[in-house]
Amino acid sequence: MPRRLPGRGRLIDRARPVPFRWNGRAFTGVAGDTLASALLANGEALMGRSFKYHRPRGAVASGFEEPNALAAIGAGASAAPNTRATTQPLDAGLEAASQNHWPSLELDVGELNAFAAPLFPAGFYYKTFIHPRRAWKHLFEPVIRNAAGLGRAPEGPDPDRYEYFYATYDVLVAGGGVSGLAAALAAAGSGARVLVVEQSGWWGGRAATDGVIVDGRPAADWVADAVARLTDLPNATLRLNAQAAGVYDHGYALVSERIARPAAASGLRERLWRVRARRIVTATGAIERPLAFAGNDRPGVMLAGAVRDYLDLWGVACGDRTVLATNNDDGYRTALALKAAGLEVPAVLDARDAPSGPLVEAARAAGIPIRAGMGVMRALGRMKVTGVEIGRVDGDGRAEDRIDCDCVAMSGGWSPVVHLWSHCGGKLVWDEADAMFRPDPDRPPLDGAGEGFVIPAGTAAGRLRAADAMDDAHAAGLRAVDGTDAAPPEAEAEAEGPMRPLWTSPAKMPPKLAAKAFLDFQNDVKVADVQLAAREGYESVEHAKRYTTLGMATDQGKTSNIAGLAILAEARGAAIPEVGTTTFRPPYTPLTLGALAGEARGPLFKPTRRTAMDGWHDRHGAHWEPVADWRRPYAYPREGESVKDAVTREIEAVRGGVGMMDASTLGKLLVKGPDAGKFLDLLYTNMMSTLKPGKCRYGLMCTEQGFLFDDGVTARLSEDAFLVHTTTGGADRVHAWMEEWLQTEWWDLKVHVANLTEQYAQIAVAGPKARDVLEKLGGMAVDGQALPFLGWTEGALAGIPARVYRISFSGELSFELAVSAGRGLEMWEAVAKAGAEFGITPYGTEAMHVLRAEKGFIMIGDETDGTVTPLDLGLGWAVSKKKADFIGKRGMERSDLTRPDRLRLVGLETEDPSVVIPDGAHALEDLKEDGRARTAGHVTSTYWSPTLGRSIAMALLERGPERMGETVRMSDGAGAPIPAKIVSPVFFDPEGERQNG
Amino acid sequence: MAETLVRWARVAGRGMIGLRLDLGDAALTGTVREAAGLAVPAPRRIEAEGDRRLAWMSPDELLLFLPVAEVPATLEALTTGFGDRFALAVDLSDARALFRLEGPGAREVLAKAAPVDLHPDAFGKGDFRRTRLGQVAAAFGQVAEAPEAFELVCFRSLAAHMTAWLETASAPGTLPGALVRG
Repeated sequence: MPRRLPGRGRLIDRARPVPFRWNGRAFTGVAGDTLASALLANGEALMGRSFKYHRPRGAVASGFEEPNALAAIGAGASAAPNTRATTQPLDAGLEAASQNHWPSLELDVGELNAFAAPLFPAGFYYKTFIHPRRAWKHLFEPVIRNAAGLGRAPEGPDPDRYEYFYATYDVLVAGGGVSGLAAALAAAGSGARVLVVEQSGWWGGRAATDGVIVDGRPAADWVADAVARLTDLPNATLRLNAQAAGVYDHGYALVSERIARPAAASGLRERLWRVRARRIVTATGAIERPLAFAGNDRPGVMLAGAVRDYLDLWGVACGDRTVLATNNDDGYRTALALKAAGLEVPAVLDARDAPSGPLVEAARAAGIPIRAGMGVMRALGRMKVTGVEIGRVDGDGRAEDRIDCDCVAMSGGWSPVVHLWSHCGGKLVWDEADAMFRPDPDRPPLDGAGEGFVIPAGTAAGRLRAADAMDDAHAAGLRAVDGTDAAPPEAEAEAEGPMRPLWTSPAKMPPKLAAKAFLDFQNDVKVADVQLAAREGYESVEHAKRYTTLGMATDQGKTSNIAGLAILAEARGAAIPEVGTTTFRPPYTPLTLGALAGEARGPLFKPTRRTAMDGWHDRHGAHWEPVADWRRPYAYPREGESVKDAVTREIEAVRGGVGMMDASTLGKLLVKGPDAGKFLDLLYTNMMSTLKPGKCRYGLMCTEQGFLFDDGVTARLSEDAFLVHTTTGGADRVHAWMEEWLQTEWWDLKVHVANLTEQYAQIAVAGPKARDVLEKLGGMAVDGQALPFLGWTEGALAGIPARVYRISFSGELSFELAVSAGRGLEMWEAVAKAGAEFGITPYGTEAMHVLRAEKGFIMIGDETDGTVTPLDLGLGWAVSKKKADFIGKRGMERSDLTRPDRLRLVGLETEDPSVVIPDGAHALEDLKEDGRARTAGHVTSTYWSPTLGRSIAMALLERGPERMGETVRMSDGAGAPIPAKIVSPVFFDPEGERQNG
Repeated sequence: MAETLVRWARVAGRGMIGLRLDLGDAALTGTVREAAGLAVPAPRRIEAEGDRRLAWMSPDELLLFLPVAEVPATLEALTTGFGDRFALAVDLSDARALFRLEGPGAREVLAKAAPVDLHPDAFGKGDFRRTRLGQVAAAFGQVAEAPEAFELVCFRSLAAHMTAWLETASAPGTLPGALVRG
């Protein structure tokens, strides 16, 4: 039974007990524990249930590669599901729970799946649920969805906070083991800015546990010294609990830093570093591989290195009697460590026929029985391992002996962690001697200069022996800064003999054992599944992965991928490098959604642009509508008034008296220079250069294809200056459009463009009494003589400098007042005050929409959708026939844009005037007996018009204007088609008398 | 104490004039120098003296900061100085919001949202970037040392967003401590 031993544990402080709860029960660990080490110290080997068969599972590993021990950390809103117990620090008061079981971890109904295992072979989704077809939607999918998935999403908004940090370094060193530290020292010695990040909470990696000697001292002493030296350097930054999670083009890397809980008074939980580094040194170490034998997933069957870690780092014995199964010398280190701790090691099962070397000899000397050529054929036990049946690795799987034990430590060799190297295209080579993929130094990921920007170091480069690793890491650090000429630290460890490539035990696995030998613990993929996939023709490793789900769980197959592809290779009769690996993608371990969102949540989720009068609107009950990034009042409902009624009231106020609207969001672009007129003639479909100073003109802008994309009123300010008004959403787009043409095509034109959108607040005053309001404000002549329609003038209104445009988007007598934004609110309030006696009414965007629709004025984005030309909209009068060229001219001449049956703008009046055609309704024609019909066009704007007391709509209809008076049937698919008569889109005041007041 | 690592406030009373001109034209830059009372900054730099600043915005664009009361006269001087040569000077005083951040933590606050190398060796007094802070366009420069001070402009309409962002980003205990030690 697992337990804490006295006198061991580098990372723990026994004097500081830490209370925590696991599945609702109270336990005590000690400072420095992980959740997994604390559970083991308390005798809890069972930590979760597997995904598919709900098999009982315990921790296999001691670090970030852990596939089994996933827990929900915390409760309620701050719960984090699928957290590895092996890397979760045991914070005081930690609440944790196991996952994927019902009703309890010990008694799980889902385990019945295991008895039905033959029904769930590889690809069972694709095979089992095909017939009957209807059952997928109504039966299979709901049941599967209910059963599938790991963990539970937290409930409620996350109370913690997250943020980014942008940082630039010469060198990022990923990994703070002895290799990472050696590389960092070598690089930092040159004065380069170096960031060293280590995913776990301590420096030095495995070296101390593995008994490495560096520069004649125990590794732990060298590590402490190296960290102290780096900390003293002003050019080095060191971070624990920070994982380099992804490497991207141009030396970009994501580092996810977990903020220590006790220090997090600020509520900050994670910081996502967005690092730009000239060179990235990956000192990410290696991961030990399990061996696949029947029952290898039983709690208590663990990686040999992990068993050693629990003993050395946390003083935890994973069992009292541990059988070691290995194919290499490193596994012996675990046997020796256990023996030295006074624990029983009844046997080392070594797959090799004649193991030898210092570690093997040491084991023999320690009295550990070594059984060469033997392996585990089957692990016994259910909720935990109780023994092993052993047999010849090269035999047929028959058990020759049985050994009782409560822990099995297995080692199938080590695989360098090549993920970061591979994220951005670094290639791998197969290393025959150590049966592993390692980075191919000749094919690194390349930077902008064509040079490798990722440099693997030490174990991660495939240098599994300490002395080699240290030399390599030091050289990697120097290479990262183009440095030379420093002496590397010297590392020593016991020599190791050759390992034996072995993936399964026995090497040729009979089907009965293969069906119980697990590769991917988290997704319950067995040796038999991969063999089946190969037999069924899944030759590509990428296909086999998806078919079997090998390596597709949250651990992304860190412990299982290599064995899986080796078995696939064997089944195909191919060499391992021929099969290749699946693609390594960031992040290395899952990032939380909080870390990705950063500070962009709540009020910072999306920036909202506010006009100078925003506060007034808010105080006056504005019902808001997002328009581009702005918020604009949709309407101003009064106490007890519905939004719909408010819109009606606002429309009636404008038609019957006077209204005021905040038009500040309209784009305002100053176009100035000797060639400004010429430039605008090229941009607009109509002529702008002939406009006289003091006058305004409505204009259209098209894309090169001839499609309308923006409209608005341009005012000529002076001989060489125009102020171009754009739509609210189009301001930045039109500005960029102008700059693009000026910078890339017409760089000979002397024109400057300045975006003045935010410099001015703009107020529309519209309605028959608009002039009265302006006269009441006083200070400027605004009669028809002084300020005719489509004219503008400058001066002061109510003592505030203002430019007044006489333009109308409502069809009424209308002025737009532009003042400096800083005085916008003052002017707005002055207008409201002056207009009070005339009943001035603030109106919102919806009233504006209806007012313009009554007049048949188009709206960019309603009547246009990127496929509509000015001619389609009956705006041919605004397309110059005189100009030699303008953007879109040639496009408009193409046959598709001139064909007579194009959709063109018309008005629609429903036969029943009280019925408003729904948005998105289509005109149905050629109705067939089976109910199908053809669409001959669609509604673009549809409203209730209070002015006319009936519904109105605009539509784009095939040959529309040629069909005046015809009736079309409009339908949005729900309800009976609505008959409507085709009419002119100008419903109100077709002569345009009202704008003259 | 963490609380004193950074102070920030919106700056009132500072006007802005946007300038577009050929920065290689000595006559035009001479006019700017004279009217601004500041040297024309090199790319990605800001000249600062008293309450005047001149910032490099793009290869043919500068932004002049000055007391708002001096805007009309300076605009006049610029326009007159340019004469009929091809150049633009336009009042942008109301188009942008200006903030000032002060203290040893200021650069780390900016580094939480701007993809800019803000290490003191890479970004010092007189350096200026037109970039973004999180999701919004912004420009900032370092205008003083001891204590370090940065000035930041964004569009006026986003002042409330920027205020909320600065409150969040400068919260005590959230600075990473990577660019400033101790």
